[in-house]
Amino acid sequence: MAGQVQALRRRIRTVKSTKKIAKAQELVATSRIAKAQERVQSSRPYSEAIAKVLGALASNASVDNPLLVARERVQRAGVLLITSDRGLAGAYNANAIRTAEQLIARLKSEGKEVALYIVGRKGVGYYRFRNRDIAASWTGFSERPSFADAKRIGDALIEAFAAGSAGEGTFGPEGIAGVDELHIVSTEFKSLMTQTAGAKPLAPVQVDEQASESEGLRPAYEFEPDADELLDALLPKYLNTRLYAALLDSAASESASRRRAMKSASDNADDLLKRYTREMNSARQAAITQEISEIVGGANALAAAGSDV
Amino acid sequence: MANQLHVEVVAVEEKVWVGEAEMLVARTTEGEIGVLPGHSPLLGLLKEPSQVRVKLAGGEQLTYDVAGGFLSIDANGVTVLAESATPSTPESH
Repeated sequence: MAGQVQALRRRIRTVKSTKKIAKAQELVATSRIAKAQERVQSSRPYSEAIAKVLGALASNASVDNPLLVARERVQRAGVLLITSDRGLAGAYNANAIRTAEQLIARLKSEGKEVALYIVGRKGVGYYRFRNRDIAASWTGFSERPSFADAKRIGDALIEAFAAGSAGEGTFGPEGIAGVDELHIVSTEFKSLMTQTAGAKPLAPVQVDEQASESEGLRPAYEFEPDADELLDALLPKYLNTRLYAALLDSAASESASRRRAMKSASDNADDLLKRYTREMNSARQAAITQEISEIVGGANALAAAGSDV
Repeated sequence: MANQLHVEVVAVEEKVWVGEAEMLVARTTEGEIGVLPGHSPLLGLLKEPSQVRVKLAGGEQLTYDVAGGFLSIDANGVTVLAESATPSTPESH
């Protein structure tokens, strides 16, 4: 009986310390969500402005920029998967990886080769464990991505895309082979409770040239240098901006997902604590009762023996 | 002053400066350009690296070091878009 009490006491201690960790993670994640959302907010003016400018430009420039034109034959497609560096984030990584797997399956059924690019240690771990090829990976910034990170990824991918699968050799410091198509799998932050993983095409770029009815109202821009050259310079920037936005959104989702997972973990720890404490109390009480009845039984036996004398 | 130029300096990670100014001076790949209120619409790629100077009504001047930037002028004013824009020490003039 006493042994049972001790075992329960040990379990309670374990659950308590686990709960502390979960609680701390939850709080950290909560503050990270706020920060990540702030960063999403502050990156918005730029991405809106560049989308507007690009829209104006695309209707003026001849649309033969390699980043805009869909390739006739797509031999190899690149898939960029954004996962987190750390676990304890509920189904966040599992969902992102599942979405990527579906996309890869679809691309393969269309007869395309798939080159996989991964952001985040969890995704790298998943594919490495399964001995699947990873064309390139970037890790160490999933929770607070900076634009420099997005640019590093973007520049490597754009180079690979520009070369196409027909291109020789590899590109960028990561040694990426050419691709004809780029997709990105990221997790969209819808609300604190909902984050959905989704796949989007990244390149060739689809510019929404503004609706034709507003055509007459749009100012006739002058270009410096000319429109085509400007487009060449702006498209990579636009892609990097989209990448950056996806990274930020995923970071916010990761934190939200982690917060939820850690909240249910610490709630569960509370339940366990309550149950174990009850069990321990009743075990202790049982032990006491037993001891008393042993003493009483012993005293009675002694008294009975004494009266016999 | 009635006629002011609305200027926005926007970096990727944040909005750097928004306000009314008298004039904006920047250097595109083609050459230096000064923007006054009512400038015709223009898209320009900024020279790498370059400085953007915003002249305020009081005679004050703000200078930004801009990397990977471009410039968009439309009816609403000027927008300087940059990968990074940091205030530099103002030139003496």
